[in-house]
Amino acid sequence: MTDEQTIPAAGAGGRAAANAGLQASLRVLAVSVGPLVAALVLGGLLLLAMGFNPFSYYGYVIQRALFSPSGFEATLTRMGPLLLIAASLIVAFRAGLWNLGGDGQYLLAAVFVAATVPLTLGVLPVWANLLLGLLIGAAVGALWSLLPALLKAWQGINEIITTLMMSFLGVSLANVLVKLAFLDPGTTTPQTRTLPVEARLPRLFDSSVSSGLLIGLAAVIVVHLVMTRTAFGMRLRLVGANPRAAVHAGLSVPALTIAVFAISAALAGLSGAVDILGTHGNVRADWNPAYSLTVVPLVFLARLNGFGSIAYVFLFSALTIGGESAARRIGVPSFFSLVIVAILLIMLGLAEYLDKRHQERARR
Amino acid sequence: MALFTQGFIITLLLGAIAAGIPLLLAGLGEQLSEKAGVLNIGLEGMMLFGAYTGFLVAWASGSTALGFAAGAGGGAVVAALMALLCVRLGLNQIVTGIALTLAAQGLTALLHFVQFSRTYPRLDGVEALPIWPLSEIPFIGPVLFNNNAVFYLAVALVAVFAWIYRMTHLGAALQAAGDKPAALDAAGVDVIRTRSMAVLVTGALAGLGGAYMSIAVAGVFVPFMSHGNGFIAIVLAMLARGRPLWVLGGALLFGGSLSLTTALQVAGVDVPTDVIQMLPFAMVMLVLLVAGRKAALPQALGESFVRGAR
Amino acid sequence: MQAPSQAPAASTTAPPGAPVVALRGVTKRFPGVVANDNVTIEIHAGEVHVLLGENGAGKSTLVGMLSGLQQPDEGGIEVDGRPTLVGSPRQALSIGIGTVFQHSMLVPSLSVIDNFALGGAWWKTPDRKGIAAAIRETAGRLGLRVDPHALVSSLSLGERQQVEILRALMRGSRCLILDEATAMLTPHEAVALGELMRRLVAQGIAVIFITHKLNEAVAYGDRISVLRLGRNVGEIAPETLRASSDAENTETIISLMFGTAAGEGAVGGARAARSHGDVVLEVAGLCSDAGRVPVRDIDLTVRSGEILGVAGIDGNGQKELAEVLAGQMPRSSGSIRLMGQELGDATVGQRRAGGLRYVTDDRLGEGTVGTFPVATNFLLKDIGAAPYWRRGIERPEEIRRQAETHVRDFDIRTPGTQTPVGKLSGGNIQKVLLAREMTGSAEVVIFAKPTYGLDVNNIRATRKRIVEAADAGKAVVLISTDLDELLELSDRIAVIDRGRIRGTVVNGEGARDAIGRLMSAGDEQ
Repeated sequence: MTDEQTIPAAGAGGRAAANAGLQASLRVLAVSVGPLVAALVLGGLLLLAMGFNPFSYYGYVIQRALFSPSGFEATLTRMGPLLLIAASLIVAFRAGLWNLGGDGQYLLAAVFVAATVPLTLGVLPVWANLLLGLLIGAAVGALWSLLPALLKAWQGINEIITTLMMSFLGVSLANVLVKLAFLDPGTTTPQTRTLPVEARLPRLFDSSVSSGLLIGLAAVIVVHLVMTRTAFGMRLRLVGANPRAAVHAGLSVPALTIAVFAISAALAGLSGAVDILGTHGNVRADWNPAYSLTVVPLVFLARLNGFGSIAYVFLFSALTIGGESAARRIGVPSFFSLVIVAILLIMLGLAEYLDKRHQERARR
Repeated sequence: MALFTQGFIITLLLGAIAAGIPLLLAGLGEQLSEKAGVLNIGLEGMMLFGAYTGFLVAWASGSTALGFAAGAGGGAVVAALMALLCVRLGLNQIVTGIALTLAAQGLTALLHFVQFSRTYPRLDGVEALPIWPLSEIPFIGPVLFNNNAVFYLAVALVAVFAWIYRMTHLGAALQAAGDKPAALDAAGVDVIRTRSMAVLVTGALAGLGGAYMSIAVAGVFVPFMSHGNGFIAIVLAMLARGRPLWVLGGALLFGGSLSLTTALQVAGVDVPTDVIQMLPFAMVMLVLLVAGRKAALPQALGESFVRGAR
Repeated sequence: MQAPSQAPAASTTAPPGAPVVALRGVTKRFPGVVANDNVTIEIHAGEVHVLLGENGAGKSTLVGMLSGLQQPDEGGIEVDGRPTLVGSPRQALSIGIGTVFQHSMLVPSLSVIDNFALGGAWWKTPDRKGIAAAIRETAGRLGLRVDPHALVSSLSLGERQQVEILRALMRGSRCLILDEATAMLTPHEAVALGELMRRLVAQGIAVIFITHKLNEAVAYGDRISVLRLGRNVGEIAPETLRASSDAENTETIISLMFGTAAGEGAVGGARAARSHGDVVLEVAGLCSDAGRVPVRDIDLTVRSGEILGVAGIDGNGQKELAEVLAGQMPRSSGSIRLMGQELGDATVGQRRAGGLRYVTDDRLGEGTVGTFPVATNFLLKDIGAAPYWRRGIERPEEIRRQAETHVRDFDIRTPGTQTPVGKLSGGNIQKVLLAREMTGSAEVVIFAKPTYGLDVNNIRATRKRIVEAADAGKAVVLISTDLDELLELSDRIAVIDRGRIRGTVVNGEGARDAIGRLMSAGDEQ
């Protein structure tokens, strides 16, 4: 951020170019890693203020989430549903639609999957049962976005509001369903029937990592490629960037809007299904991990890039898994990872702003 | 009709007010921001942070008045961040709003855990200021004229904002900041400052609303206690389209549906809380279905202002 | 702030000694360009001073600096002979410089009064009665009719402009800047504005009139400064201007603007008559109520190799007609036949595949996506088509090759095919559109105001393209509000008024009068 850098090296053009290249890569590095460091430092100060030792906290989190086998496997397993949410958001945001209803879509799908899959287990073979579960999840998610999609497509009503409202509605409805309709008669705790461990998504190799990770990775990569490399993706991006140009080019904006909502919400629903089928096996009353709004900053940190999202989801997954262990061991509540993500996003915004201003000044 | 006993109605009305005042305060604030062209998605976080700081100060000082002031201050602090990032630096308003809400949720839950998770302190209620003789009117009196200061302030603010919007230069300036910021700039008024001030006041009002929840209604601070109220307030502001009186009506309506559980319990009807909690959100969707595109928003809403840019 | 020391100049004959406002050696740089290079211009009271130049000549930047939106890098501004820093729009106003920008600076959701009151002390109530009276008084003095209580959104563009001029005067402006003031007006409103400018200078106001239209400069200006590539390349003083004929002045200006010999292609006669081929486009009884102006009973035929002009004042259903033909807007009845085939409710894509193309006048609003690369913008209407996609998957090589061909063939000045199209100049964006719509299997091309907002060089290039298209056997529908353009290019000219075709004139001697009669005869029908 200093001005000396902008003074051109007189004469030696080649060296200047090399310098510029070095500077550029240094800048990219500073802009992408700087905010992370700043966020961790600020988080550390916060820990210090609360009376914890930040070094032992971070050390513990890293050790648990990355270097202990069970923790690392949990980190990878957690990535599955998060990646599906990321894919869901990338589709919507790239098409210029703010689907902020992922939490309702996720939870409602999870509840329906948890309610039906144990019942059909005896009827269908395990693989078909799992497939059915995934389909139900995707379908329920998509269905829950229908109203916002229609309102947006035909009435032009702001989807931020409608998806948020449907999200709250979905979360409450999910709770009602768990408590009233889908109760497991076998236990006294309010929760759905539990899918036996052997009927869940297969684990990878000898580890405890759920194959949900593969589903999530595949979804993000497919979404990324579809959005950047295919005709369908370009149509969606066109609608997102300039709806009037889309009309001019003969695209049906309402149809594409509904398609985007359906795909995005189906992926969110799939995330719920993968979480139930792979990890939890049932839904307890009042359970709501609220992944979707948390992943929004992550995909923005990755600038809606699929591969960048994988990296950020990995980071966040490790932070939460490590944070949950730390909550039990050190006594720092797991909400801490929320704070880190929020600070990270704010820092990134600041860094980008400073970078832009620096570049503008350099050009003069 | 055995249901409509005096007890039921008074419980419902009191509940509607208790749940409606935070919505009213936050909704009035959001209306101000939206008028000035800032879609303040961080409202939820401002309410929550205000609820926390308000409770903390009220508990530590023993003064609810100080607590309310601190609640407004807490909301304003979050709003200051929002103003800095979105209005001054021009970052995306929606993503910043979500990030600030997440930060407020995480931070308050964290601080609550450290400070109160073992003791769970409770506040006594807030002192009511009866307005005699109006407070003696049956039914209405105890509900409307035997209330705390924040209630009176919130209702008075409806009139104040209506006056500001219709009758002052400030009202026109806010309208211009949201509809045609370049015109305001050309008239020699600082758009950035106008918008920043609007966001700050929004934060203070939302924070006060949050503090009302923790100090006056619940008497405790609970993590995530704003429970979507900030988002409902955003919808209220959008539907009210710049008319403060509509925010008041909407807030009472939503407050009423939120307080229906308690009232029904008083009347001996047992309805699960979750069903009741769905009511306000279902109502919003219903209203949007009916009101449709009339939920209009200012032209430049959500766009940052850069002088001379086209 | 400043005493109005200026004695009102009673007449336009002799400029009083000192200029009201002067730019002295002003230079302004933006990343990569020098927008203004050592520009010196003096503005005198009681004169309409025209700043004339092509797009990109630096007119907007000059306005920006005079109105306080931007600051010069070098040089400075003098007001009443004293160096003055114009740091903000408010400061510009306070020293008597009022600006009416090309795009309205009124708040549409406020009344005229409240727009005038904008900027007052925030806790005070605007004196609405007083302002209304003042508006009526000033408007009356200038012969304007303005309803102070009207909501701005209910006013026409011409009325909004009058309101803005009034506002600038009521704030004490002695120097009034009108930035591309006629660009958005109907011809009638433009003439009215010209007359208003004369009345303003008669009252001693200094008017700066920015335009790229030569005829307006000659018609309304007392003094003309010509800008080229950011430099002031010449000034025509009032004496010279009055002493010469309009034609001579125009010639002088053109030679200043382009540094070349004047006259070439600017005003040619009608196209030489040629034989045309078969009927390609046949429209019968076409109606549509979907747009702002309902379109009624349109009958048109266009033959291969023919240019059919559509004349009319802007906003009389031209846009709607074009969109219905292109398939962007639904018709309610009537038929459109393309080479004998009824199009019915065919989609934009189907029509395009059948050879019907539409060059929109809203180049950045709907024609292109500013953030997308040039290469992608060539293909916005062919997403998914071979050979650029195979089974829905992009083929970057093919896309790049097509883009490079287009950039070369259409002489598009762009750093590269991956440059976002929004970074190009207006003329080059138009070339991107032309390349997209005129290549491939085009049979009928509809042009909507194809030269609107372009500079003279690009206007010439675009007109040449249109003629070439017709010569290559395409049928052309040319919608324009510029009668000279239509008379220069068209074979026949249809006149549209309030959504109906009032008649069609074969281009040739007497066509101009015939069109004029059709335009004004609409009332009886």
